[in-house]
Amino acid sequence: MTDFLLELRSEEIPARMQDGARANLAKLFAAELARAGLAAAEIVTYATPRRLALIARDLPMATEAVSEEVKGPKTSAPPQALDGFLRKTGLTRERLTERNGVFFAVTEKPGRATADVLAEAIPAIIRAFPWPKSMRWGNASASTESLRWVRPLHGIVALFGEEVVPVTVAGIDSGAVTYGHRFHHPGAITIGSAADYADKLRMCHVIVDQDERAAAIRTRAAALAAEAGLELVPDEGLVAENAGLTEWPVPLLGRFDPAFLDVPAEVIQLTARVNQKYFVCRDGAGKLADAFICTANIEATDGGAKIVEGNRKVLAARLADARFFYDTDLKVPLEEQAKKLQKIVFHEKLGTLADKVDRVAKLARWLVEEGIVGGENILPGTGRGTSEAGGGGAPGSATPEAAPLHRPADGPPPHAGEDKAHLADLAERAARLCKADLVTGMVGEFPELQGLMGGYYAAAQGEDPRVAEAIRDHYKPVGQGDDVPTAPVTVAVSLADKLDTIASFFAINEKPTGSKDPFALRRAALGVSATLIAGDVRLPLARALAQQGAAVARTLAGQGIAKFPDAFRQWEARFWEARDAGTPFVRNADGSYASPMHDVQFSGGISAVIDEYVAILDGPRLDHAAVLDFFADRLKVQQREAGVRHDLIDAVFALGGEDDLVRLLARVRALQSFVGTDDGANLLAGYKRAANILKKEGVDASGATVANESLSYTPEKDEAALIAALDAAEPAAARAVAAEDFEAAMAALATLRAPIDAFFDTVTVNDPDAAKRAARLGLLARVRASVHTVADFSRIEG
Amino acid sequence: MTNVVPPMLIPGRCWAKATRVMTDAHIPSAAPATGGTRPLSFQSMILRLHQYWSERGCLILQPYDMEMGAGTFHPATTLRALGPEPWNAAFVQPCRRPTDGRYGENPNRLQHYYQYQVILKPSPPDLQELYLGSLLAIGVDVTTHDIRFVEDDWESPTLGAWGLGWEVWCDGMEVTQFTYFQQMGGFDCKPVAGELTYGLERLAMYIQDVDNVYDLAFNDAGVSYGEVFLENERQMSTWNFEVADTAALFDAFRKHVTECENSLEAKLPIAAYEQAIKASHVFNLLQARGVISVAERQAYMGRVRDLAKGACAAQIEKMTPQWQSRFPEWSL
Repeated sequence: MTDFLLELRSEEIPARMQDGARANLAKLFAAELARAGLAAAEIVTYATPRRLALIARDLPMATEAVSEEVKGPKTSAPPQALDGFLRKTGLTRERLTERNGVFFAVTEKPGRATADVLAEAIPAIIRAFPWPKSMRWGNASASTESLRWVRPLHGIVALFGEEVVPVTVAGIDSGAVTYGHRFHHPGAITIGSAADYADKLRMCHVIVDQDERAAAIRTRAAALAAEAGLELVPDEGLVAENAGLTEWPVPLLGRFDPAFLDVPAEVIQLTARVNQKYFVCRDGAGKLADAFICTANIEATDGGAKIVEGNRKVLAARLADARFFYDTDLKVPLEEQAKKLQKIVFHEKLGTLADKVDRVAKLARWLVEEGIVGGENILPGTGRGTSEAGGGGAPGSATPEAAPLHRPADGPPPHAGEDKAHLADLAERAARLCKADLVTGMVGEFPELQGLMGGYYAAAQGEDPRVAEAIRDHYKPVGQGDDVPTAPVTVAVSLADKLDTIASFFAINEKPTGSKDPFALRRAALGVSATLIAGDVRLPLARALAQQGAAVARTLAGQGIAKFPDAFRQWEARFWEARDAGTPFVRNADGSYASPMHDVQFSGGISAVIDEYVAILDGPRLDHAAVLDFFADRLKVQQREAGVRHDLIDAVFALGGEDDLVRLLARVRALQSFVGTDDGANLLAGYKRAANILKKEGVDASGATVANESLSYTPEKDEAALIAALDAAEPAAARAVAAEDFEAAMAALATLRAPIDAFFDTVTVNDPDAAKRAARLGLLARVRASVHTVADFSRIEG
Repeated sequence: MTNVVPPMLIPGRCWAKATRVMTDAHIPSAAPATGGTRPLSFQSMILRLHQYWSERGCLILQPYDMEMGAGTFHPATTLRALGPEPWNAAFVQPCRRPTDGRYGENPNRLQHYYQYQVILKPSPPDLQELYLGSLLAIGVDVTTHDIRFVEDDWESPTLGAWGLGWEVWCDGMEVTQFTYFQQMGGFDCKPVAGELTYGLERLAMYIQDVDNVYDLAFNDAGVSYGEVFLENERQMSTWNFEVADTAALFDAFRKHVTECENSLEAKLPIAAYEQAIKASHVFNLLQARGVISVAERQAYMGRVRDLAKGACAAQIEKMTPQWQSRFPEWSL
């Protein structure tokens, strides 16, 4: 048994690709061995910036011999068949064997030398290697067919035992020679075998094992921090990245000017991490310290003094830039910055960012004023369940839902109206400022700090803390797993921003298709769902969309008039003033417009402009159904992980009219537990049978009315029983649905199960008597309709 | 003749290889740069780079006489990266990045600065070693400094170009962009060119150990970088950010676009390319004036890219007969 070593030496491999490359190398190598019937006892892989290596342990010297038998024609077959078989196998007649009147060709495949297998495998692996990004280089790149590698490939070490496995790939001959650390040991090293590979490289200042380098960085960085009386802020991502950037990692601690600590800690950390790949430290009090730890790739002859000094300078320059932005930004009130949004186009068809902010602000206010956001906290007594809570009066008699909404035992109720108005003001304020940081220098430099910087500036400029928080967090949640806002002002702004984005792009028909979602609408919808569900926010999506659809239409009309004479601009304000007051402009018979409210007649030219404006305003509207479908799809994706069945979400959505995602999900959950029960499964079966008959007979939903007429005949026993069950179940289910008690609604439906089964067992629907047939079809339609009070069971799979 | 391998380096592959390609085996005054005496001035550093790359077979070109955001825009890079002909050139290119202006108040940021650009086509096998040799030539001691090749895939949306390579770090500071061009103007590079772009001010600050760009010694006779450029930075920052007439710039953008299209129609790709460069710079000015939104930005960049791509395509079309007469196997 012999070990095999492969080293592919190249120019610097990006740190982020090294782990994947090791995995692919192991996979491809194992596959090549397997094709030859070989397997290694163990495959170990290594990666440094300049090499990708593999050691396969305990390979046999040769593959085993195989004997292969191929069945040929019958001995009685015509001679042409035999000739064909001989040609195919390359054998002569004498070499064939006969058995039971059939020719067989037996070929002995001798074992192959493993070295030969390896010599074929190496070029195959190199050519097939799946780098995330690869390139061509040098003279060979005159052809686009030349070898592609992550960066120019320079050397191949291939040793089976102590023997070189001779291969040539893209002009590179394999051998036993490699090179050490670029600066410490730039000379050639001859590797003896897999056994001495790591040690020889170590002597030449290369730690080939990435895990060892990572451990060295982790330990040394923590020790350096501790020596300085600080604590390292752990960052495994940085450990791995620095391990991928070095062959001989040497962490070094440096200090920066503590004056920079005025800049928000997130900015310093981001600058240090993203731009420079430095670790940062905390002091004893847990605050960011004026220290950084960089990881050099060299044991410098001066102990690293110049390296630390150089890195300190670079960081200082970066922090100086950050502080310049921060100080400059702080001097300008966010309100002033927000004015600049008028000059920034949000989307060519959707006006400026200022237009968007205006829409978002109005929607955020509406969400609060309607009690959708923050409602339960500020409007005691109007929440669900309070109607049942009025009865007993004794403490403890309130229903559980009502309990958190109790009125104070004595004293006047809080000024709920005032609170709400104040909260609405805060929400609008936050929304009006939430995009202002986009024009600040800091966000221009670090776009990933959007929101966060606005929050800092708002707080520093004396905005209400709730406003600052809302500005900071309104982009959240950014992805699955991100924090979901819960503070009412933040929730209002966050929802308003995302809903506006979705409504806006749907209004101009820019919907996500396939893998294309350039405006991140899917993420926005997921964010809305997550926020609604996490905060139990009862948002009637259709109303919100109607609200926002109208706002977007106004923006679109405004875009349209941009190409019209300036004269219209001055009338636009009046147009809306009149419209909002309920005395809109009047169109005269001659096509000119007049405003009774302002007692003005408009000239013909301006009237033509108003005409166009109104046409856009009243033109095709946002397709609510499309948006709701879109939300349904996103909800399915989002709930998949929570184990919620997508067909059940469809079943509830299909009823139409359900646009409250919280209620929808409650309904889906109840449905899911119900269809999991015996009753549920059987009811589903009964429903499907009924629905199939109805479909065959062409009875649509309107057929349900038939059953409400009195019967002209005496019903059979099980027919009467089903009617009675429906009479009881229908109102019970409807009541339960209205009270949003979906378990109770399911329980009401469950009472139909036995009567339906009995009905199908004993009653003939397709009775020769037309009246009976019609009545019984009507009854089935009634069954279908009552089941549909909960969900469209036809959408349920299985 | 001085020894080309500085004494503090272990003789090895890098430097040995670097010497192999030297035509003249001579780095003038290598000792002062590395031996602790006065570091190179800004202009001496440029002269040293010229000498180094000249000795390695590069044409030493002069800057292009147009405003551009990067040396890559120089036709000696962009247009010469197309086609099969070998091309080795080095030159200084002044770069204008209006948004980087800081009114002369930031020690590290300038709206006008210099890049040193080297383009070698096809990329030589020892390009990294050649590059490190050039650092050595201008006095970078690799035994006390940390030189690193950090992934930085280059993409120029406005040139329809991309390549793979690194930013070269010296003690955490990016001093050079190192790129193997894969596509230019949307066309595969056949063969691939290697491009080195040195940030001259950064390198000089590093070599001279100064914290403020304006304190750099421009020459060896006491003239500082600030004396040459500080007032320029102040005035131009003000103009870029506050004064430039945006209506005129929007108008200029449109006119350059039209002129580019005219030139393409007249089958004059170099003229068309110049108009694309101009449009690109006008776009940068509009950006500095803050009148282009994120959403519009894409559209403008797309416009410039189309112009640049159009120029590249036209250049290929125009040059193909000549290229194929010398390189019969070559085709797009």
